[in-house]
Amino acid sequence: MFREMIRQKSFGVSVIIFGVLLLAPSFLPRFYIYFLAVIFVTALLAMSLNLCVGHGMIFQFHHGVFYGVGAYTAGLLLAKTSLPWWIAFMAGPLAAAFTGLLIGLFCIRLNRLYFGMLQISLGSLIWAIAFRWYDLTGGDDGIHGIPIPDFIASTTSSYYFVLIVLGICVVLMYLILKSPFGSTLQAIRDNPERCAAVGIHVRRHQLKAIVIATFFGGVAGVLFVVVEGSIYPGLLFWVLSLEIFIMCLLGGWFTFAGPILGAAIIVSLRTFVGTIQNIGPIENVGEYWTLILGVILILLIFFLPEGIMGYNYRQLFRSRMKYSSESQVE
Amino acid sequence: MEGAQAIGLAALSITFLVGLSRAMILFIVTSGLSFVLGVLRVPNVAHGSLYMIGAFAAYSISVLFGGGSAGFWLALIFAPLVVALVSLIAERSLFRHLYQREHLMLLLFTFALMLILGDLTKIVWGADYRSIMPPTLLRGSVSLFGSPFPKYNLFLLIIGPLVAIGLWLFSSRTKMGKIARAAAVDMEMVGAIGINVSWVFAFAFVLGCMLAGLGGALVSPTISVTIGMDHDIIIEAFLIVTIGGLGNMWGAMVGSLIFGITQSFGILFWPQFAIVFPYLAVVIVLTLKPTGLLKSVW
Repeated sequence: MFREMIRQKSFGVSVIIFGVLLLAPSFLPRFYIYFLAVIFVTALLAMSLNLCVGHGMIFQFHHGVFYGVGAYTAGLLLAKTSLPWWIAFMAGPLAAAFTGLLIGLFCIRLNRLYFGMLQISLGSLIWAIAFRWYDLTGGDDGIHGIPIPDFIASTTSSYYFVLIVLGICVVLMYLILKSPFGSTLQAIRDNPERCAAVGIHVRRHQLKAIVIATFFGGVAGVLFVVVEGSIYPGLLFWVLSLEIFIMCLLGGWFTFAGPILGAAIIVSLRTFVGTIQNIGPIENVGEYWTLILGVILILLIFFLPEGIMGYNYRQLFRSRMKYSSESQVE
Repeated sequence: MEGAQAIGLAALSITFLVGLSRAMILFIVTSGLSFVLGVLRVPNVAHGSLYMIGAFAAYSISVLFGGGSAGFWLALIFAPLVVALVSLIAERSLFRHLYQREHLMLLLFTFALMLILGDLTKIVWGADYRSIMPPTLLRGSVSLFGSPFPKYNLFLLIIGPLVAIGLWLFSSRTKMGKIARAAAVDMEMVGAIGINVSWVFAFAFVLGCMLAGLGGALVSPTISVTIGMDHDIIIEAFLIVTIGGLGNMWGAMVGSLIFGITQSFGILFWPQFAIVFPYLAVVIVLTLKPTGLLKSVW
């Protein structure tokens, strides 16, 4: 499996990109290094969601909660206890995966939309607790200035840390998707009835996918703490969850790397639109970035429903896609 | 001892009634959402934004007419119409081209609409807090169980059931209502007997959104109208519709009652975590009855 991955054409490209990114701090100014780190964190989050949405067709509407749980667990352990950093960093993803399992157990019995709705409800419960429990979580202010271990405290070192963790996670996710488990998951996406008929335990597989996805969501949460040094309830809010959903869609939710592209585009837009002051007579354009996001989304729905990568993928590998779509119909 | 108990009982009754009047607002908003969900099969994420626009429009209209009682009553009539116009434009210009597409696209479109309407509201009305006075007739409070109860909440307790009856009469007695109900059950058949399906959709969408606008106009004297109202209401409305049974109007009523009453009792017993209670109620309902309390039209 690993060998197969190395033989892929896109693997070479990925290694080159990774190499360039490793060298980036030596020639990019500090702000851009920070900005890239934010993209990496968001990309990991979007990819983890896509494990469920794109590869499993599980309508994980409130993925942000697991990101937040990861971030809050790690952040609170770092800020309020004297436990070594690595325990906090491990606890974040594990807590996220556990929450994922718990919420998943409730939701998995329901079908698509009901699944999403129950998840939003349970997620909002967690959000409400984080939002209101001032003594522990700092309520709506959150906690800022979380002590980050020295070796990853500077912008450059945290950048490297995030990049390396992202690299490991991407490889792991790729291997998971190419494993028999991943194939089964995608088979369930394409035809759940038939999978059930050949003896696959559909719900259990989906639940496993949710736990894996939420684990990686938790990793992204920990990385957020490393980059920003703060936690706040916005991380658990459903608007963020829908934003991640859009990233998957924008990048191409049936592709592996699509969410990375989607995350990069949305984060860049948010950052750079936010800095624009005036365009001609229109003042404070930066304030209205959600308006711009909405317009982009509408354009996307009308013209690129499969996302940017999905579109490119079809253009480049038309013959292969045709083959695979035929075999799906089969 | 006896006195303390009597106060307790009075406080409970008042809490119950406050919850009930809150539930009426929720019902008016969610019945619209449920209607759209039943006919179009789309959870309209922009519903909360239309509710917010309804509240802001009510403010502007009441200011336009001098801010007095007349202004309020006119706002109650015209604010839903403003919202209906906004939704009609969105539906006819963009949304209708998506009906043949995958379902997720419709959902995402409504999300995009929410983002756009949210910022447009900010552009038109600004980020300040606005408040509206209730009309003279509904100011002050009456004494119920020995405690003061706002007259305006009493008004809400009357108007909620009126809207429910109106909607029920509309959907069971008028031709348009029957078509809409039929469309909720079997869209293709409605098309097959020669009814313009696209206009049925448009009608259902606009009517649903108008109810959101009415809810916004009605809520405006009880809260401060501001940006961010949309985020608060939409999740509540979705959950209510889900626990009630998708597309079922009476389900929206039952869900709203559960939500409103648990919320107000939460405020009475444990104010800090009051917002947790309704969510908890939803979790309990969905765990026991995953497809909602009443029959879903899906």
